[in-house]
Amino acid sequence: MAQVATETAIRSSVIRQFWDRWSGILVPILAVFSALVVGAFIIGITGADWRAAYIGLWEGAFGSPRALADTVVRSTPFIICGLCVALAFKAGLFNIGAEGQLYAGAVASVVIGTTLQMPAIFHIPATLIAGALGGAAWAAIAGFLKARTGAHEVINTIMLNYIALRMTDWLIRSKTPYILGDPEDTTGARSRLIAETARLPGIQVGSSTILHLGIPLALVLVFVIAWLLYRTTIGFEMRTAGVNPNAARYAGISVPRTIVLAMAFAGALAGVAGAIEVTGVRGSLSADFFSGLGFDAIAVALLARANPVGIIFSGLLWGGLLTGARLMQVRASLSIDVIKIVQALIIMFVAADQIVRFIYRLPKRKPGEETQLSKGWGG
Amino acid sequence: MTQNGQERPVVLEARGITKRFPGVVANDNVSLKLHKGEVLALLGENGAGKSTLMNILYGLYHQDQGEIFVKGEPIRITSPHESIARGIGMVHQHFQLVPVMTVTENIILGNEVTNGPFLDRKKAAERIRAISEQYGLAVDPDALVADLDVGVQQRVEIIKALYRNADILILDEPTAVLTPQEADDLVRVMRTLTAQGASIIFITHKLREVLEVADRIIVLRGGKVVGETTPAEATEASLAAMMVGREVILKVEKQPARPGAPVLEVRGLQVRDDRRLLAVKGVDLEVRAGEILGIAGVQGNGQTELVAALTGLRPSEAGTVRIAGVDVTNATPRQISELGVAHIPEDRQRDGLVTSYPLTDNSVLELYYLPPFARGVVRNDQAINQHCARLVEEFDVRTPSIHVPASSLSGGNQQKLIVAREFTRSLKLLIASQPTRGIDVGSIEFIHNQIVKKRDEGVAVLLISAELDEILSLADRIAVMYHGQIVATVKNGELSREELGLLMAGATLDRSVPVEA
Repeated sequence: MAQVATETAIRSSVIRQFWDRWSGILVPILAVFSALVVGAFIIGITGADWRAAYIGLWEGAFGSPRALADTVVRSTPFIICGLCVALAFKAGLFNIGAEGQLYAGAVASVVIGTTLQMPAIFHIPATLIAGALGGAAWAAIAGFLKARTGAHEVINTIMLNYIALRMTDWLIRSKTPYILGDPEDTTGARSRLIAETARLPGIQVGSSTILHLGIPLALVLVFVIAWLLYRTTIGFEMRTAGVNPNAARYAGISVPRTIVLAMAFAGALAGVAGAIEVTGVRGSLSADFFSGLGFDAIAVALLARANPVGIIFSGLLWGGLLTGARLMQVRASLSIDVIKIVQALIIMFVAADQIVRFIYRLPKRKPGEETQLSKGWGG
Repeated sequence: MTQNGQERPVVLEARGITKRFPGVVANDNVSLKLHKGEVLALLGENGAGKSTLMNILYGLYHQDQGEIFVKGEPIRITSPHESIARGIGMVHQHFQLVPVMTVTENIILGNEVTNGPFLDRKKAAERIRAISEQYGLAVDPDALVADLDVGVQQRVEIIKALYRNADILILDEPTAVLTPQEADDLVRVMRTLTAQGASIIFITHKLREVLEVADRIIVLRGGKVVGETTPAEATEASLAAMMVGREVILKVEKQPARPGAPVLEVRGLQVRDDRRLLAVKGVDLEVRAGEILGIAGVQGNGQTELVAALTGLRPSEAGTVRIAGVDVTNATPRQISELGVAHIPEDRQRDGLVTSYPLTDNSVLELYYLPPFARGVVRNDQAINQHCARLVEEFDVRTPSIHVPASSLSGGNQQKLIVAREFTRSLKLLIASQPTRGIDVGSIEFIHNQIVKKRDEGVAVLLISAELDEILSLADRIAVMYHGQIVATVKNGELSREELGLLMAGATLDRSVPVEA
């Protein structure tokens, strides 16, 4: 009897060790898998062939060099904005405002990209830095309000999203006088094109895809943010303020200052993402440019459990799902919205990871292992 | 006190209880018997398995092996409901009361007396009055719990158990929050209860109380029963040795203090609490280099706010604080820390540690930004690891590695890590708030000796403790805090335990008639 109990204990401790080591990767993978399974059922219910749909999805996203290039380009803003949300998570802040910060950064980069004239070697960095500053300033407003008055960043960033979107729309559409709008564009929906010297260089793949300089830049940013968070005193201050504000105060860290700083850093990332989309992909800005990107970034960060390196993969997954959706639609004659359902299911399974743990009989979370997300509501 | 407790019927028996948690055996073949009408003290350090055993008896956990008998009947307790039905009641260390409800409402909660669809408060109140008269537990059934003193709240908890017809009571660290007088009162209540046939299991780590109130004593260590004795056969020293597994010096060895220049000077300090009420109402203090000033007082008399104001964690409303001649009124925690002030916070998991961080990060929690731990903004892991390894070694922090999260350490080892961190800085003033709360005797001994050592090196020490024994054994001078004020400051030895206890309870000593506690 005693021996049986000991063996059970040993076996469970082996599983536990394995789990402790790999749970960070297993939960998201199982969440994606579960979402695809449920998605297959939903596709089946609509009468379509789920296998054809998923093969189409895969080939459309990763099946050819062209598809892969599309996916990578599409994923780049998700990766950078995912970092933006993750950085704020680490500082205990729930930044819903990546969307607004994207627009703020994009507008700033359009201003610099259309008005200044200088050689590309200066113009490109100036445009990207303008984007970073625009996003940082926009996010810092929410950070300042939180630090000063305790106003919750969730509410403030949502409100700032609306303001940023509407202001961008007005800046572009205003005709008397023209501000960012292009008099030569009859629809009035886009800004003037930025100068050629401000456009990111890249490699042409296929007819419409350019692997631009923003892609390696996103990868560099991943490692810069990982370094900032885990190897610098600034990152230590942010993480400490995020995980235990009381201990942070005790340690002499100024929590309000850290909140503003973390929001500004996060906003700078989203702003750079906006600038890269303007300078690397479109060459101009319109108000429907990012629709929902900043919100999807929350899912990307969540799926990677705010781990910077993990965000490369979750960002690629997100970009891949969107890129592959077109071929899936053709192959299985499905509505493109199915992909939105799969994405929503992934978020659900990740957010409610207890469900995943229950389905796959995984050990429960230990205290302190909770995703940072819930911390944001503590105020 | 019954000397012939052995011959009375056994009301509760545990046989060979074993409970494993991943990585630890919390209870290892534990057996005990509780006789009718006796007080059985269960003594042990934190982590010895007392709470696990009680939670098994109360039905919150289930044992892996072993049997439980209540009044001779083998039973399987699977929930507190069942244990209540069997007559087992538990008074938790942290009261389970709803502050905005009356005493009656709290007591009947979950066990409501109804009259049709309505609560029959009157009938319930009558029963509560009857119980409180029978056992001498004076309490007003219509009072709001929020308005009651801690000692009275505890009585409500006991009545709650009796109201559910419990005749086996488990009291978990019941004196931790009481003044000495309230504790005496509790002892009297326990006597009344046992005289009327109730049986009590009394969990504690305070040796003096065990000898005073218990009929029998069972000592747990490392999940095993290591000894059974009676107060007649045991002494504090023998019990401590049994708990720890080696001889323990209970008395802190120290020379008389040689106070130097004043290091901490506080004048007319006023501080508000979280509810914006004045919690510190004009405190004057002076601590000199090389002396320990102990602040005695029941928890919640403004000590927490006082410490927070001194360390820069809470703004002060009025008054001045000077440390080493520098005015630090409303300075930031970092400015104060950089003056050579170390702070052992009262709540180590809330303030003193980031429990999800490894020991390494925690070992430089305040110094992380200074060389050699950082060059510019870049952290130097090598220097941090070396520093942490040195602290762990010198202060005997028991840990498998310096890279495990602080949450994986026992309370005593967490506290030793904090003490190590704070004591290895260059110090002028040490503010130690409840430095040994909830930790084992071995660690207490170690930390006490370290505090005295710092004093002898010329550090000014402000010791805040709710344990009067700790103040009495460490402090050179004692200030008693009551309702946000220092009501007396005396040399240690000028007043007796009892007199200090009275001051802590708000009485004054300069009356000609004896004071009613």
